Amino acid sequence: MHALVQYIQSYLDSDRTPGAAGNFFWATIYILLVFVGLSVAVIAMNWLERKILAHMQVRLGPMRVGPHGLLQPIADALKLLLKEDIIPAEADATVFWIAPFIVVLAAFTVFVVVPFGPTHAITDMNIGILFMLGVSSLSVLGIVTAGWASNSHYPLIGALRSSAQMVSYEVAMGLAVVSAIMMTSLSSQGTLSMIGIVQAQKDQQEWFIFKFFPLGLIAFGIFAVAMVAETNRAPFDLPEAESELTAGFHTEYSGFRWSLFFLAEYSAMIAVSSIAVTLWLGGWMRPFPNALAGATWDNIFAFVPGVAFLFLAAVCFYNTARMPKHPLFKTQTLGLAGFGAVLALIGLILFWEPVRVRVQDIFWFSAKVAGFMYLYIWYRGTFPRYRFDQLMKMGWKVLLPTGLALLILTAIVGMRAELLADLQGVWRR
Amino acid sequence: MNPNPPVATPFFFYLLAAVMIIGGILVITRKNAVHSALALITTLLAQAGLYLMLYAPFVAGVQIILYAGGIMVLFLFVIMLISIERNLKERQFNHQWLIGIAAAAALGGLFIAVYTTTTQGKVLFPSVGRLSYVESGNTQGIATLLFDRHFGTYMFAFEIASLLLLVAIIGAVVMAKKRI
Amino acid sequence: MTDPKALSPLDLETPDKTFLDANELVINMGPQHPATHGVLRVILRLDGEKVMGLECVIGYLHRGVEKIGENRTYTMFNPYVDRMDYVAAVSNGLGYCEAVEKLLSVEAPPRAQYIRVILTELNRIASHQLWLGTHALDIGAITPLFYTFRDREEILKIFEKYCGARLTTHAFRIGGLQYEAYEGFEKDVKNFVSFVKPKIDEYEELLTTNRIWLERTKGVGVISGKDCIALGVTGPVLRASGVKWDIRKAQPYANYKNFEFEIPTGQNGDTYDRYIVRMVEMRQSLRIIEQAVESIPEGPIMAKVPKVMKPPVGEVYHSIEAPKGELGYFIVSDGSTQPYRVRVRPPSFVNLQALDLMCRGQLVADVIAVIGTLDIVLGEVDR
Repeated sequence: MHALVQYIQSYLDSDRTPGAAGNFFWATIYILLVFVGLSVAVIAMNWLERKILAHMQVRLGPMRVGPHGLLQPIADALKLLLKEDIIPAEADATVFWIAPFIVVLAAFTVFVVVPFGPTHAITDMNIGILFMLGVSSLSVLGIVTAGWASNSHYPLIGALRSSAQMVSYEVAMGLAVVSAIMMTSLSSQGTLSMIGIVQAQKDQQEWFIFKFFPLGLIAFGIFAVAMVAETNRAPFDLPEAESELTAGFHTEYSGFRWSLFFLAEYSAMIAVSSIAVTLWLGGWMRPFPNALAGATWDNIFAFVPGVAFLFLAAVCFYNTARMPKHPLFKTQTLGLAGFGAVLALIGLILFWEPVRVRVQDIFWFSAKVAGFMYLYIWYRGTFPRYRFDQLMKMGWKVLLPTGLALLILTAIVGMRAELLADLQGVWRR
Repeated sequence: MNPNPPVATPFFFYLLAAVMIIGGILVITRKNAVHSALALITTLLAQAGLYLMLYAPFVAGVQIILYAGGIMVLFLFVIMLISIERNLKERQFNHQWLIGIAAAAALGGLFIAVYTTTTQGKVLFPSVGRLSYVESGNTQGIATLLFDRHFGTYMFAFEIASLLLLVAIIGAVVMAKKRI
Repeated sequence: MTDPKALSPLDLETPDKTFLDANELVINMGPQHPATHGVLRVILRLDGEKVMGLECVIGYLHRGVEKIGENRTYTMFNPYVDRMDYVAAVSNGLGYCEAVEKLLSVEAPPRAQYIRVILTELNRIASHQLWLGTHALDIGAITPLFYTFRDREEILKIFEKYCGARLTTHAFRIGGLQYEAYEGFEKDVKNFVSFVKPKIDEYEELLTTNRIWLERTKGVGVISGKDCIALGVTGPVLRASGVKWDIRKAQPYANYKNFEFEIPTGQNGDTYDRYIVRMVEMRQSLRIIEQAVESIPEGPIMAKVPKVMKPPVGEVYHSIEAPKGELGYFIVSDGSTQPYRVRVRPPSFVNLQALDLMCRGQLVADVIAVIGTLDIVLGEVDR
């Protein structure tokens, strides 16, 4: 028993991820944490998307289930689970059955290497970024098989569109990623490890988005466009273009299986946003590590997570006060107050030092990812949809050449000292 | 501490090997091309697992990206465009099984030959081309083998392979252009 | 230019073989489809995503409006016409009332005519707003829909205050109006005009210079002026192809000749031009409303019309410029209380003919855009 406790405690102050340290207990805990956190994030994202989109579109969004519709996603999830699971008679049942699981597995597996902090990742792989790109590219298999297995025209067209789209945008995405990886080799040996990439940004005292301005920014831009296309979101949501293909590859799916696609789409969005944050936005690092450096600022920024939660709690309380004073709204008002209280409690716990120190990395990482999530919603509210040929043109004729040129430029700028030395050597000879 | 902790347990090896073999058999026995393709993907993923066990994570990653994620998607893409119903009715086996067996036997013989010669003290491949690295140096190790001035013995083979791919690309373009 | 007659009819039974033995796809779009604006069914023949041809199947909303007309008196038939183009019910009513008035040789008094013009132009704006919202939604921009519906609501409120109905208004009577404009009508209309002007700018801000919008609409669904005339296409679609034809100017009815307004035209006849034409039309409608509401004369609102209408034996064709194009009524009277024959020339039905011509060689996504830009209402197509 004592040995077990020691085994568990021995990891606590480790400077490595549980996977890299070979600690199975903590690895399992982390896997569970990531899984639960991801599910909660998807649920929250569902609510936020509906609310934010609604407010952009001069409407209120869900308001009935729970205060301000807070319980709406849970009600939706319940509805989906209880719905009849229809497999079309003409469908290829086995493939139809497997397809959503491929998508979900691919979407969740990538989180194995996502670094929420210097030690807060399930594991740190030598090939981290390659692993993420590779596994997330597997989700297209699920989409293609889903469209094919439905044995229906609209899903088939949706699947064809999505496979063509994802394969072509992966190329541009890869090129942008490579240019960031090349930047890591400037401070130490180059690395593909997700944690190593953030460490390199720390060592170089610069987020890669600002590196070799504007090269880093362009790479980030390419990735930011490609990742929207990769996750089939507006304005690149052709595979599920509602007005053209009804629902694209998941037209024939219903109930639980459909909800798996939904889950996978949102976790894939979070996954690619995590890549962008890790590669260009300094991962878990707090904002302004250079301009506002020093222990004082470190301390001030350490309090931001708690303050953020307290602010959310304050918003809840403000809205509690604004609730209609009618007996019918009593439960809702109490519920909102309770939710606010929970948020406030979390905020207060985050002020406590041991928690504060350990959790602030995760907070900054999540905050950055949340920014991307907001962008996704914003795009959806603003842009019309691209047409298929325009999408392809954009991928192959704009992003790909830009990415290639960028790669060469980054290499030249990064190695300029060596290149100059070489040239001088040639000159002397 | 041992830089290579033992993940390569026999259990995982036999599991992956079994998955690969079953997948391979399914690939050639399924009548439905999409089922075959899915089985092939399983096989390729299991192979990636084997690479991981050999401390070659880079190769495993590339295997997943290129084969499972890229090539197989294109396979499926093409298969879906062809009407499956008609293909199901056709005879799908040709009469080249004799040649097939001969080729398989030759390959097996080669493997046995390699195994026996190396264990008898003789060296089939020069030691200069051997990889010896810790797990974290795998990516760099491959680069060294390919491009390093002193150890880069595989540069030529690598370039030949890329030339082959180029030929394939040109061939594809020529074939596609004929239709337009 | 493509000669519309040269388009071969579709062979839907035997799709051609294409690359790699892959067949051409024949897919069925609708009648239950989110983007066919009701119950239009389109059978598409696709090579990959390219449209090789299409065929419209209509009639899912057929209610026999024309036949009903033969069994109702002239007055009783009036509400039925509202149900044809239900997003522009006022225009339908105007066309019918004026046609019967022509048959009876009466004319509505000036005050009635002014109020008619105001309501009809308001209705034109409402119809265009609905078109813009749904068209943008089809192309993937979901937000304009909510903005246009928010602003259309103000128009519907005016209708509701005026006649009690929002959609199928039945606002006009043969010979004039039944209801006097309610108190504050003019103020409401003026308020609306000043309210909606910046809103139209808002829609334009979202779309007009949007890169994706431009790419999705420019050069899509091009139709030449000649083709338009050959197919009988009218309304904004015709004007966007460069033909300056608006019945309000060409054969003025009501009292449109008293108002100053311009007819916007396009050059390219593509979806973008049609969009611009309709946007300008909304502003021009506001201009008409402004002029009309400033100068509503006092006086009676109903001409002298017999209680039991028995128009003299004869026939009449009267057409007006509905939001979607030329809306014509051909009424044959046999001297009895009921028309012998009512024939409606609905703009949507005629414009829908152009769909095949406009979509051939384009992509599936363009079919959606073209259906949206034709601005069809199935209630009017099927009647």
